[in-house]
Amino acid sequence: MSEELHDVRLSVNGASYDVRVPGRRLLSDALRHDLGLTGTHVGCEHGVCGACTVLLDGAPVRACLMFAVSAQGQEITTVEGLARPDGTLSNVQQAFVECHGLQCGFCTPGFLTTITAGLRANPTPTHEECREMVAGNLCRCTGYQNIVRAVERAAELGLDTPSLVPREGSSTNEETP
Amino acid sequence: MTTKLMGQGVQRVEDQRFLRGQGRYVDDVAVGPATLHAAVLRSPHAHARIVDIDVDAVLDLEGVHAVWTHDDLTGPMAEPLPLLIPHPALTHGRTQYALAKDEVNYAGEAVAFVVAEDRYVAEDALDRIRVTYDVLPPVVGIDAARAADRLVHEDVPGNVGARMEQQTGDAQAAIAKAPHRLELDLTVERSACTPMEGRGTVARWDPDLNRMQVWTSTQSSTGVRAVVAVKLELDLGQVDVITPDVGGGFGVKINHPWPEELLVPLAARALGRTVKFTEDRREHFISSAHERGQVHHVEVGFDDDGRLLGLDVAFWHDHGAYTPYGLIVPIITSTQLLGPYKPEVYRVVFESVYTNTVMVTPYRGAGRPQGCFVMERTMDAIAEYLGKDRAEVRATNFIQPDEFPYDQGLIFQDGRELEYDSGDYPASLEKIKALVGWDEFPAFQKEMAAVGRRVGIGLACYVEGTGVGPYEGAHVHIETTGKVKVATGLTTQGQGHATVFAQLVADELGVRLEDVEVVTGDTRRMPYAVGTFASRAAVMSGSAIHLAARRAKEKVLKIAAEALEASEEDLEIVDGVVSVKGSPGSSLDLGTVSVLSNPLRYAFDEASKAATQFSVGDPGKPPVPEDEEPGLEGRDFYSPERATFASGMHAVIVETDPETAEITILKYAVVHDCGKLINPMIVEGQIHGGVAQGVAGALYERMAYDENGQLQNASFMDFLMPYVTEVPDGIDIDHLETPSPLNPLGIKGAGEAGVIPSAAVFAAAIEDAERLSIPGLAITAMPISPSELFHLRQSHPSQEHTA
Repeated sequence: MSEELHDVRLSVNGASYDVRVPGRRLLSDALRHDLGLTGTHVGCEHGVCGACTVLLDGAPVRACLMFAVSAQGQEITTVEGLARPDGTLSNVQQAFVECHGLQCGFCTPGFLTTITAGLRANPTPTHEECREMVAGNLCRCTGYQNIVRAVERAAELGLDTPSLVPREGSSTNEETP
Repeated sequence: MTTKLMGQGVQRVEDQRFLRGQGRYVDDVAVGPATLHAAVLRSPHAHARIVDIDVDAVLDLEGVHAVWTHDDLTGPMAEPLPLLIPHPALTHGRTQYALAKDEVNYAGEAVAFVVAEDRYVAEDALDRIRVTYDVLPPVVGIDAARAADRLVHEDVPGNVGARMEQQTGDAQAAIAKAPHRLELDLTVERSACTPMEGRGTVARWDPDLNRMQVWTSTQSSTGVRAVVAVKLELDLGQVDVITPDVGGGFGVKINHPWPEELLVPLAARALGRTVKFTEDRREHFISSAHERGQVHHVEVGFDDDGRLLGLDVAFWHDHGAYTPYGLIVPIITSTQLLGPYKPEVYRVVFESVYTNTVMVTPYRGAGRPQGCFVMERTMDAIAEYLGKDRAEVRATNFIQPDEFPYDQGLIFQDGRELEYDSGDYPASLEKIKALVGWDEFPAFQKEMAAVGRRVGIGLACYVEGTGVGPYEGAHVHIETTGKVKVATGLTTQGQGHATVFAQLVADELGVRLEDVEVVTGDTRRMPYAVGTFASRAAVMSGSAIHLAARRAKEKVLKIAAEALEASEEDLEIVDGVVSVKGSPGSSLDLGTVSVLSNPLRYAFDEASKAATQFSVGDPGKPPVPEDEEPGLEGRDFYSPERATFASGMHAVIVETDPETAEITILKYAVVHDCGKLINPMIVEGQIHGGVAQGVAGALYERMAYDENGQLQNASFMDFLMPYVTEVPDGIDIDHLETPSPLNPLGIKGAGEAGVIPSAAVFAAAIEDAERLSIPGLAITAMPISPSELFHLRQSHPSQEHTA
């Protein structure tokens, strides 16, 4: 008995991907295994750790708590889409380098997407608000000290979220696995 | 001159990859429809006999390629997994099978293995396997193991896998003669490493090359390589193991092989397809290893100053259902609990007991947090008994700076003498007291008490044996482009090895940091290695890389001296250019020297064309002289006599809520001595992470097994791993550098220190906060939750009227 498959068009980082997936396929798995965008990581598969956080029309969501079929029609931004169009790091990414905000790097994509959305909502956070901004994501390496510093540093560098709108001139990538 | 990079907080070179989503963790390898996916059926029972396994309903499921039970395994694969580190005291060592044979001994033990088109289908298939179990009563927890009215393994009497004793004299006699005596019972619960990335393995069999390639998230790729070869009956030379980016290890990934590290390669060869296994979070909780669970009994005798005259410690270590990693953890507890102190006589005895729970292997700190808890609680108890300052009692017992090297008279985990190389504990104590405000605290405590607030301070000291042998190696290759490729065999799990090792090479070779590329954990590039554990990477591989770079440099200077017709002593290398000191016109870049090192006559590019104008070597001799090799490479190994000993002290100020017993951290301070610092930014990052894991172990994390051996909190929803809201907002750090005489760089390890004193320091601070209100209240078991503190208050004799 084979599973019913659904044709879905996913719009990710300004490119479109056509995939055929079962209804139960998680968005995180579709991004990673069907689209090959492995920057989005899966740490728990129950929505608690935040490693798989992507932006859906600019808002942070857990990609492991969504089905791929329900992401159709929305603009998804993954960690691969955070750098500026010229390839340089966004201010949030740059702040992580400067503040040593990562060690093993596994949880990092989820922090970067979360903070990118957080700073868009609140570009001038207080120290306490910087802590709250990352309070839904787990990191096992850094003790969060430098991640909080990175949020503060990113705020200092200024709002810079080029990837939240589809890039002009980006080609449409049609893929059928 | 090129600026020296050793000691500088250089930004990490590996970050770019991670920040762009271009990290390569095992599950990111072999993405696409060609790869098959594995899933494991795990025992639902903690203790049971397997009566029958029916897999008939699985094979007609579309997309399933294989389903295996123990009956399908043959040869070495059908034998138990190896006992990695045997020890004579481990008289009843037991290891599990790759797939359970006849019985299961913990809930989560691997029973059957399925390979299918994707993980979803593989899990569907698991649901169709019918296993008939004859359920047996389980042994859960140390008390049940010691009671021994049920046995985990029928042939292990009393559930005791090992009994080990070490002593430096007659401790009981010394205690009996001492002016003062105390006894303490102290408990630490189980916790686990829980890296953000669980375990994972990918394997591909190449029939054309007759080779097995394995990617695995491990702390020892050479170890996995050897065991894959043995179990699959391949020659070592047919197996490559590659450890790409690892999403955290913290100890759990040093154990190997996990069943899947063998079953995945076996399936890849049998099915002729790439096969991948990626552990999910629940699997990690119930089938990867735990640590920490120990119960201790301390007897101590001391004089009026608090000097330790005799110390006798007995403890029981819960090693779970199997002992794949031998006795490393309890041996470390038994030796490292001495910390910076020198009791006149010490005896320690432990029993390592079987329980029907997940096996125990090292977790960051590896037995030291328990040892530190035991010793520091003892110090606090002595101070309390004598009415002395807790810091003063510690200082009375310190090994003094002029006493190094100091031999504690015991054998350490590596089989070598427990001999401390260097340190300055009185200086550390002064620093931590200043950093936390130790002397001013009593006034603050009184001030707070006056307004009904309970605050307390704690202090804990530790010594950590780091950089244990036997060896690590390194290979340095200067390319014809002038770029330097460095390979070391140990793995990396976020410690910034690509940066710190590049710093060492840049310094020794005189090249720019960005021209150095470091590869770790790839057995194709460096097949001789041990692994990344016990805070050994910087000491072991760092030293090996330094030595290998030196060898490469010697060759550079030799070739360049000939080409430039100068003496080697007159040459210097700056930013990748070799020149004669004082005559900048006379120079060669390293790429050209690399071309010259290989007497080919092919002008591939401009660099090799340019190199042909130099004549190197005696035309009367062969182009590659005897005892020489073509190519500009250096290879070397570092093997120390014994471990280095890092040390440190932590202090914390906490507030406990008089009503709810909530515990709040007001200040956290660390003084840290890991010898010479390679990169202070990275060392501080290691301390931050360690402190967070320490806070977790002291206040939150525990493995909540019920009496049936079911883990009740096997998810991040239920296992309280700290978010940012649970860790100190700011950690004050001060460094002390007492260089190690054991290695060329004077360094000691830094990876685990942050976690070692946490249980001890929090117990002390919470007790201090409570005692003004409840005299005599003692914290003897960790972790401690608010509800436990609340009940501890309620049950204290002085509180009976309010209970």
